[in-house]
Amino acid sequence: MRIPILKLQNYLLVSVQIELDDQTAMQFQEDLLNKIHSTGATGVVVDLTSVEIIDSFIAKVLGDVVSMAELMGAKVVFTGIQPAVSMTLIDLGIHLQNVQTALDLEQGLIKLKQELEEK
Amino acid sequence: MKGALTNVPITKEWDIVGARQSGRNMARDLGFGSVDQARIATAISELARNIYLYAGSGEVSFEEVQGEAPVGIKIIASDNGPGIKDITKVMEDGYSTSGGLGAGLPGVKRLMDDFDMESNEEGTKITIVKWLR
Repeated sequence: MRIPILKLQNYLLVSVQIELDDQTAMQFQEDLLNKIHSTGATGVVVDLTSVEIIDSFIAKVLGDVVSMAELMGAKVVFTGIQPAVSMTLIDLGIHLQNVQTALDLEQGLIKLKQELEEK
Repeated sequence: MKGALTNVPITKEWDIVGARQSGRNMARDLGFGSVDQARIATAISELARNIYLYAGSGEVSFEEVQGEAPVGIKIIASDNGPGIKDITKVMEDGYSTSGGLGAGLPGVKRLMDDFDMESNEEGTKITIVKWLR
């Protein structure tokens, strides 16, 4: 399964609408980096509204993709993390401190715009 | 439903998803709310992944139980893998032999109410329970 990645001006938009298994998450990591490379996007919003579970492996893959994208010069913001997912991640001891987040897609785009203008 | 036992074999990566979906469905049917459903499903995901990563294959079973509360879900993850060498170490946050976050087992313990682990050279059996409060 592949997660669609859409381009909007200088940004990439991703809405994860499927249950994330390990393989899909790894594939997404690779696809996103390739898409950043081919489009020259400077910002990425990944919407996780439909994601019901983030375990330690998926959290690592998502955290890593932020660092990887950053190495390529693109900022990543996660949006829409559900209350249950947020509580579970903290119980797991996963704080994703280097990861930018916002409440929803709209806030995510605003945050991305602010971050990129500061540079 | 009472005492119903469901077994999910873990032999391939996709079975991790299958196991946590079965567990989540059972938790929902038992009356657990969405946060506890996420906790239970995440704990199952961690245990199923450990089986897949370290033992290659095994199984996860679910059972409705009674005890501290009238309703609970008991999950047993068992495998015939090489066992866990240092049980104290695997319960430390940040310890991992696979390059992971090391959040797995200590995290599972925090997500659930009861946690019990037996491990020797013949395999590992982890039993966890969440009570409906």
